[in-house]
Order: sequence, then C-alpha cells, then structure tokens
Amino acid sequence: MREIAVVAYSQSPCVADAGATNEVELIMPQLQAVYSQLGLASAQDVDFVCSGSCDYLQGAAFAFVAGVDALGAVPPIKESHVEMDAAWALYEAILKIRMGHADSALIYGFGKSSPGELPIVLSQRLDPYYLAPLWLDTVSLAALQARLLLEQGLLTEHDMAAVVARSRHNALANPLAQLAGEFSVEELLAEEHFVAPLRRADCSPVSDGAAAMVIATVEQARAWGAPYARITGIDHRIENHNPCLRDLTDSVSTRQAAAAAGVHRGPVDVAEVYAPFSHQEILLSRALELAPETLVNPGGGVLAGNLMMASGLARVGEVFRRIINGEAGRGVAHATSGPCLQHNLVAVLEGA
Amino acid sequence: MSEPQADVTVVKSPVYLKYRFTAGSAPARFLGRLKEGVLTGQRCPRCSNVYIPARGSCPACGVPTEKEVVLSDKGTVQSFTIVSIPIPGNPIEPPYIVANIVPDGANISFIHLLSECVNEEVHIGQRVQALWKPAAEWGYSMDNIRYFRPLDEPDVAVDRIGKLPVTGLES
Repeated sequence: MREIAVVAYSQSPCVADAGATNEVELIMPQLQAVYSQLGLASAQDVDFVCSGSCDYLQGAAFAFVAGVDALGAVPPIKESHVEMDAAWALYEAILKIRMGHADSALIYGFGKSSPGELPIVLSQRLDPYYLAPLWLDTVSLAALQARLLLEQGLLTEHDMAAVVARSRHNALANPLAQLAGEFSVEELLAEEHFVAPLRRADCSPVSDGAAAMVIATVEQARAWGAPYARITGIDHRIENHNPCLRDLTDSVSTRQAAAAAGVHRGPVDVAEVYAPFSHQEILLSRALELAPETLVNPGGGVLAGNLMMASGLARVGEVFRRIINGEAGRGVAHATSGPCLQHNLVAVLEGA
Repeated sequence: MSEPQADVTVVKSPVYLKYRFTAGSAPARFLGRLKEGVLTGQRCPRCSNVYIPARGSCPACGVPTEKEVVLSDKGTVQSFTIVSIPIPGNPIEPPYIVANIVPDGANISFIHLLSECVNEEVHIGQRVQALWKPAAEWGYSMDNIRYFRPLDEPDVAVDRIGKLPVTGLES
C-alpha cells in the first residue's frame, strides 16, 4: 500500500464571532499558509482537493460551493466535498491517493457557527420523525450522557472539572485558543449548572474559523522537501443514529476504529481527542485505551475552541505539528460527528 | 384487533432556524457603494480580471482581490432570455427579459432585467444602461437599479464583450 504523509497544516485562531468575514475570506489565509509551507502557487499544484463543511452552520445555501472561490479552479480541478468534519475529507483524500488516483491532496474545513444558535442548528442532524421535532439540542443530549456516566459511578463532576482546568491551562500556550486561563477544580465546581450536570465550562465554546492541510505520498513529500509525518493508520466507525439504542457510557465505534487504525501497535506520545464536552474526553481516553503517560490535548483541545467541521481535521494537524517539531514520535488523532459521539474517526501518525 | 389504519404518508415537521447573516467583508464594501448608487468591482492582482459583485477572491486564481474598481452603469448584453410564463412569487408580468449584462470596466456579467425595449429586437452585444430608482429609495440591493434599457450606441462585437474599459466604446 502507498505510504501517505501529512506535509503541511494551518489553522486560523478560534474566535467567537468572525464578524463580516465570509467563508471564502475565512478559508483563503489558511490555504495561502499551507501553500507557502510547500512553495506551491495554488490548488492547481495538488492532484485533488476535498473540503468539509455544513451549510446549516452559517445558514447560507451552497456555502460549500462558494468556498471553491478560494481555490483558483481555472483550469478546472478535481474537487470533492463532505457535509461533515474535514477529518472525513482527509479520509476521502487518503482513499483517493491509496487507489492511485492522486499523489497529493489539499484538504480544508471551515465553519462559521456564530450566525445561528449552534446547539439548536445541530438538533436538525437527528432523525426527522421523532427527535428533530423535539429540537433536542446537542448540550442536552451530552448532559444525558454525562448523567449516565455519573450515576453509574464511571466518573465524578470533580473529574470533569479537572479536564476543564487542564484544558484552560494548556490553552495558555496555544495562541489559536479562544478560552484559556488558570482555574482550580474548586473554582470550576463553584459555578452553577448550565444544563445539569454540565456547567458552561464543560461545553466547548462556539467558534468561527478554518483549517487546511496538504497530504501526499511519501515520495511526493520527499520531493517537496518539507518535514512530514506518516499516516500509518486511519479508520472510522458509526453507531446507531438513535442515542437510545447505544451504550452512551462507552464509545464502541472509537474502540473499533482505534483497533483498525493500529493505535495499540506502539506507544502513543500524544493524543488529540475531539471531545466537545469534558466528560467525553474521559470516555474517549478510555475507549482509546490511552496510557497514563500519553499527553492528551496538550493545546487545550476543543474545550478551548471548537471549529465545527474543522476541529477533527485540526486534531490530525495538531499531532502532525507536534511530530515535525520533535515533541512526539507517534500520536493519535480522533474526530467525532453526531450527537453523543455517534461517529468516530481515529488516525495514527508517526515521524518520518 | 384494532381497526386497520390508513398509511401515514406525510408528517409535517417545520424547521425554523434564525440566523444573523453576514455577506462578507468584500461584499459589504460592494453593498455600501451600491447604496450610494455606485457599481464597484474588484480586480485580481494576478490575472487582472475585474469581478462584480466581488466576494473577496479571484475564483480563477484563488487569491484575495482587495482593490476596489469603480465601474460604469453602462454595459453590454452578453446573453438574455425572454420569460413568457409567470414565475411563482415574481411580481413582474411576463413577457419580460432577463439578461446577463457586463458593465463597462468589468470582465464578468451579472443578471438583471432589461426593459423599455422591443423584446424581439434584443440581441447579444447590445448596449444598455441602468435606470436607477430615485436616490431616496436606495438600499443595499441590486434593485436600486429598476432595470437596464437600450442605449443608442453601436453593438459590441462578441469577442469584445466583457473586455471594454470603464469608459466604454469611446476609448
């Protein structure tokens, strides 16, 4: 099988409101950044382009097509889109390269969530007959999950606050983070409940922004001469769309994806876990069977800033960054989609 | 046994979502000048094409277009259609003309209405000019222009459409 590597990555800062900026204006700086890391002129210099976004976020029909204006698609390019987090655009691009249809690919994800009420907008991902008409928002669903974990003694509110405290602390060293600071577990627990048992700090913030990545065969990566990290495994699994039919205290799909991606074939120095709610970081760390010495979300994770439709790709990008900076030799990136961790993707990255 | 029931073939579940829509930085500048009765485009720093309405990038080159260019409200018909059937929700009575119009100084067309003309005589390359609403009615909208109407000027050759400078045919 052809070996594939991440060769360039860039992410915008996570901001609560990108103001007047439209999707093209959000994407372009990140594309220019990955081009400049490799000395490329435009998307014409890669074989394939794939993006991830969701038009429901900004409430603009065909916003994902408008995003193509950022690429320079004259003469026409090979382009595709997933109405999902761009981590799944990465997956599509990897398949394209594995099949020999491309040697390199540009992937980008963008989300402008501030124009709408994100937890309500995301309720429309639920089945249209029973759950969507109830307007079941993502925070309430996550709260149901947290309650199950607490009542079964699988974690405590103290554990959840400790996740938040570590995220805020780690985010101090992350210039792209939206929320950072020193907070004690006691201070966090003193805050009132938002959607019990969740406090506001247990929930990732609503953020606007974009991320871009270039992947290529190892041969192409060497030809470009830029530092790279090999993607040695990737897999994704999905569970039933009805949260009532799943064991919400575990993530079977994450366990299966991790096994298939080969997470346990070596030590994991760093894990970037897409956990939009504090209890989910604990749940996912268990499902990934991470060792105590593994650094989890050293940049604060998505509790410090959550770019819907780009955060999953950003998890892969963060692991790539740590590997090429020499901070890690082998890392795991996780992306999620759907309510209460319905759909999970796991990738393993290793140094050149 | 319960009574046999008719199949449920329709379930109504309306979706209401509120958004605070923003057009974008470049479109906002375009709309701001439009409110003053001025058509503007943006020039690509790489290929020099001028786009209207600008979205902030050159879709051909994929680079930001940051330079505003004032365009003429005179233009050329690039293509057109005669609408003969009523379109639901459209208050305009057929038959009427929808045309691709390239304003002088720009390289791509926008779509607007063409009126005060003999429909059967409208043709590609025809010169037209905007008829603006009274200034007091101007907003952030292309319907500040009521419609375009024919100009008494020579036609533009097909291969010159979309290539006229802002000064039009005179130069």
